[in-house]
Amino acid sequence: MNEDPVDALVATAPDGIDFDGLRVEERDGYTFETPADAASGLAAAALREAATGDPYVGNWYFWHAVAPQTDARWTFLRWLEGAEEQPVAERYDALDDGLATEWGQLRVTVSLDGPAGRRYELRHVDDAGTSADELDGYEDPLDARELAKHDDDGDYRPLKTAPSLQTGWRFPSLAAADVVEAVHAFYPATVQNWHREREGELDVDHWRETVDRQTGIYGVVRTWDRGEGHEHVNWVAEACCDDSQCLKRREWEYDDETELDVAGGDGEFPCREPCSLVIAAARQWTKLEGEQSETYEFELTPSEKEQVEAVIDAVADGRADDIREADVYDGANRYRTRFLRAKLFDDDGNLAGVETDN
Amino acid sequence: MDQALVIAAHGSHLNAESSTPTFSHADTIRATGAFSEVRESFWKEEPHFREALRTVDAEEVYLVPLFISEGYFTEQVIPREFRLDDWDPALWDSDGTSADSATLTADDTGQTVHYCGPVGTHDSMSDVIVQRAKSVTDDPDVGDGFGLAVVGHGTERNENSAKAIEYHADRIAKMDRFDEVAALFMDEDPEVDDVTDFFGSETHSASGRSHGRRPCEDIVVVPLFIADGYHTQEDIPEDMGLCEDYRDGWGVPETVDDRRIWYAGAVGTEPLMADVVLERAADAGADVRAAIEQVRGETDDASAAGD
Repeated sequence: MNEDPVDALVATAPDGIDFDGLRVEERDGYTFETPADAASGLAAAALREAATGDPYVGNWYFWHAVAPQTDARWTFLRWLEGAEEQPVAERYDALDDGLATEWGQLRVTVSLDGPAGRRYELRHVDDAGTSADELDGYEDPLDARELAKHDDDGDYRPLKTAPSLQTGWRFPSLAAADVVEAVHAFYPATVQNWHREREGELDVDHWRETVDRQTGIYGVVRTWDRGEGHEHVNWVAEACCDDSQCLKRREWEYDDETELDVAGGDGEFPCREPCSLVIAAARQWTKLEGEQSETYEFELTPSEKEQVEAVIDAVADGRADDIREADVYDGANRYRTRFLRAKLFDDDGNLAGVETDN
Repeated sequence: MDQALVIAAHGSHLNAESSTPTFSHADTIRATGAFSEVRESFWKEEPHFREALRTVDAEEVYLVPLFISEGYFTEQVIPREFRLDDWDPALWDSDGTSADSATLTADDTGQTVHYCGPVGTHDSMSDVIVQRAKSVTDDPDVGDGFGLAVVGHGTERNENSAKAIEYHADRIAKMDRFDEVAALFMDEDPEVDDVTDFFGSETHSASGRSHGRRPCEDIVVVPLFIADGYHTQEDIPEDMGLCEDYRDGWGVPETVDDRRIWYAGAVGTEPLMADVVLERAADAGADVRAAIEQVRGETDDASAAGD
């Protein structure tokens, strides 16, 4: 397409244009219509004059000559600025100030770059109010791969959509194609799966299908389904797929007739099958859950029983590191837990001196 | 028509550096502009094998496994996860080290996928091993007076794993560049633990390529692994006696049994690996000859002509 929006408009007019409130036709001269302006029978020069600097023309040009044209990318960029809901005039007013949207823990702010352009700023949602000079700046969307690798504590993030994205960075000014690449690097394939879902074409693989597909060391997970219900898969989903653990919205169920009893979450983008982390964890649970229950006798004070519960809760909620050093009122406090160990464990690490039956 | 490259690598749930060589080689190839898109994909990370193709716009895709051997992953896991439904290992017609490529259709996206053999069994991988020896010794002429050990995992899960190691050890031995070349393994004989035993003695020569010279004082050890991790940074250095505890580190070279061991770390981190990925795609019909020249020029030593 021509590099100049007005040249492009004149060149396209014979085919007719009807997009986001802009209508152009060539019939007995040119018709040029926007919600703010309508003229017909125009000569080419008059069409050019009407089109020059018009936001509707710039908007049409951006979406047809600048933005990536493949469906998923295009639709995602449209969604970022609410293009399907908001007329051009209001939208351009909003874009003047920067229009922010969230995608997982990403905050994407779209701004105008002239009437026919857009720039995209990307940063962590928690950095929304942080001044730009306090954030490390990046330009190459592929740098997002490294940022996605570690959390704020420097720990490796094996799950890209875990809600543990590090803060402290920003991409100040990405072009349209590049912002989609950066989003892909942070949250791979989420744009494509989100788009498929909007089109009614999301190819969900439920637990049963995914497990049946496994071979090698993961083939054993199949044996965990014993035709005795799906409670174990509820537990898996509650453990791994809750919004506190993963920002994808779980769309897979036990099978296509049996829904799980736990909520799939509120994420913007869908999860279409149990991921490799779920399968790897399920392999371990398949082994552990193959054990029979035994009866053990322990004597605990009521507070000690509650403390055991508090320790499990703190670890499960990832809260253990946040408990203050001297907060001995919290059962999962380190001193409290060390005291419990000193009192209840024997020299071999057995709780209350009771050996484990193997 | 646009052609895209998808690299399929193992990745890791535990080791942040597992994906680093994949990203690095993808970047090298991306910079050549030979493909409209270059995508990394992983078994244990994201983008997962399962969802990589849908992020690629091109209708024609060259899929290259960044794996060492032909076997379970290249013959079962990757074709299944990429939904290459008509795949059959017979399409490669391989003896375990001679895979070429097969053209298939991905069931979920309809893209045409040229599924290539793994980088590890391509002939040009021998050049990367030699290049790794040059890099670790910082000597473009390394060879004379040096032994070379190519180290693999062994047959734990499939017999082709050892075949790939032996294949390259044989090819490099025939180059007549190193005094001796041996194929060694982590978990089977000949074992890497006894690395110095295999150089400089006719009776222990694993390759049969001993020149009957004095024992090699210098031995370059190149593990045929894609990424550095537990095996290459903990197991092998400790097994060879480079260190008591891997956390203490080791010198390059490090002296063991009066020999200098030049331990190279995973061959997959060598920049020239990007060339092998391109060679695989070229063999499958991708138009990447100029890119191959460019990558060889950037990542191979000036001495490459002397190989």
